[in-house]
Amino acid sequence: MIVIARLVLVEAARRRLVLAVIVLTLLAVALTAWGFSRIPTLTPRGLPPDQVRLVASQLVILVAFMFSFVLALSAVFVAAPSVSGETESGIALAVLARPISRASYLVGKWLGLAALLLLYATGSIALELIAVSLVVDYQPPRPLEAFAYLYGETLILLTLALALSTRASGMVGGVIALVLFGMAWMGGIVGGIGQAFDNEVVTHVGTVTRLVLPTDGLWRGAVWSLEPALFIAAARGPAVAANPFFASVPPPAPFLVWSALWIAAVLALGLWSFSRREV
Amino acid sequence: MSDAAVETVDLAKRYGRITALVGLTMRVERGSIFGFLGPNGAGKTTAVKLLLGLARPTSGDATVLGARIYDGRAHRESRRRVGYLPELFRYQGWLTAREVLAAHCALLGLDRARWDAAIGGTLVTVGLASRADDRVQTFSKGMQQRLGLGVALLGEPELVVLDEPTSALDPVGRRDVREIIHALKARGTTVFLNSHLLSEVERVCDQVAIVNEGRVLASGPLAEMVGPAETLEDRFIALVEGAR
Repeated sequence: MIVIARLVLVEAARRRLVLAVIVLTLLAVALTAWGFSRIPTLTPRGLPPDQVRLVASQLVILVAFMFSFVLALSAVFVAAPSVSGETESGIALAVLARPISRASYLVGKWLGLAALLLLYATGSIALELIAVSLVVDYQPPRPLEAFAYLYGETLILLTLALALSTRASGMVGGVIALVLFGMAWMGGIVGGIGQAFDNEVVTHVGTVTRLVLPTDGLWRGAVWSLEPALFIAAARGPAVAANPFFASVPPPAPFLVWSALWIAAVLALGLWSFSRREV
Repeated sequence: MSDAAVETVDLAKRYGRITALVGLTMRVERGSIFGFLGPNGAGKTTAVKLLLGLARPTSGDATVLGARIYDGRAHRESRRRVGYLPELFRYQGWLTAREVLAAHCALLGLDRARWDAAIGGTLVTVGLASRADDRVQTFSKGMQQRLGLGVALLGEPELVVLDEPTSALDPVGRRDVREIIHALKARGTTVFLNSHLLSEVERVCDQVAIVNEGRVLASGPLAEMVGPAETLEDRFIALVEGAR
């Protein structure tokens, strides 16, 4: 299992994926830091510090959305071809003929990819928040919780794409995972509209979507963690509830338990599928 | 529990409506060099995949080094003593030859203290010592097949399964493979050689089975299979065409 996980990390480093990600992250952080540095000069007279921090708080959420999107895409791109690519090319033949169970192989892949994405998520989010803090002296209220929600969202997509990879080609599995990710995001907005207008049926659409694929629910958790308490207290009205960049409450604990169970269940489904896969 | 290196009883495999193997029954004695012969599409690679747990039989039974293929844990453990060169040989292009062998040492669970000697010796045996630290993606097909042979030889296996081991090799490479197979026999290793190159088989095997359309047409010691005035190729063609 550890051998397989280590091979995943070596592959990412040798194929220059890690280098590309580092360069692009530094570029993204530099560009957004420049953007944040312009906030005090948005008006001819300049903005007072309180308003600078308020604008920064909302921009941090938008930047977090960018990282959430990049993490989601990265999870799908690295996981969707990870098993199917090796079975199609023949690399898996020599590996699986060894005294290694299918479960060890798949869990090894999951651990390697999860470690890779953890490194990326930690590095990119920490760098961004440090840059924002240095440039406009703003720190979001719960950065570690926000990180945990974003990483949880990434793990959900990683697990889904890896499970699909046991049966579908990288291209097919990747498209399916991304379409489901987009639908879950839209489902969250639909549910918010239902809440805003007290429409039970439409609200349930959002709830069901979040249970089927918990990515949007976790994203709302990240938004809530980044939202200053004053902003939450001031926000009201139907439009706010439907806004995908606003959350007035954190995800309930049962939803977080469900998300963890979801990962375990989909990974188990992937193991069951791969144990029956002929290579 | 069978004392044969490989034993199959009525082993069958169907892929939907396509029948790849029909009631394959054979026995490979320990220490022998067993030629598993047949035309393209005869079911040779399918049989190997069933024996190594890469595919599941539709019916029938088989043992590999005494372990039933249905007995998950025992069969998995038995693969610690099996080396395998697949017909579709492909290794991680982003690793060096030495690193590929090291990864397989780890997968085999070989004692870390033995890795250097095992890897170094294997690289010399398959003629890749001078390219040990080059990435596999820079290798020719023949060199990749040599590396695959090296992977199969790691850890002094009791059974080495070679699926078309000379398909990408030049005459020098083919001679090297013959010498490696003879060295394995001298050590008491069983070699299961899947091939349709009869001249190669004739030069190294002591037992053969000829299969076609998923069935064994004939099997036995090579000397008994081929008459005094015929070659293995003559016998093979007569059997395969006679079965049509």
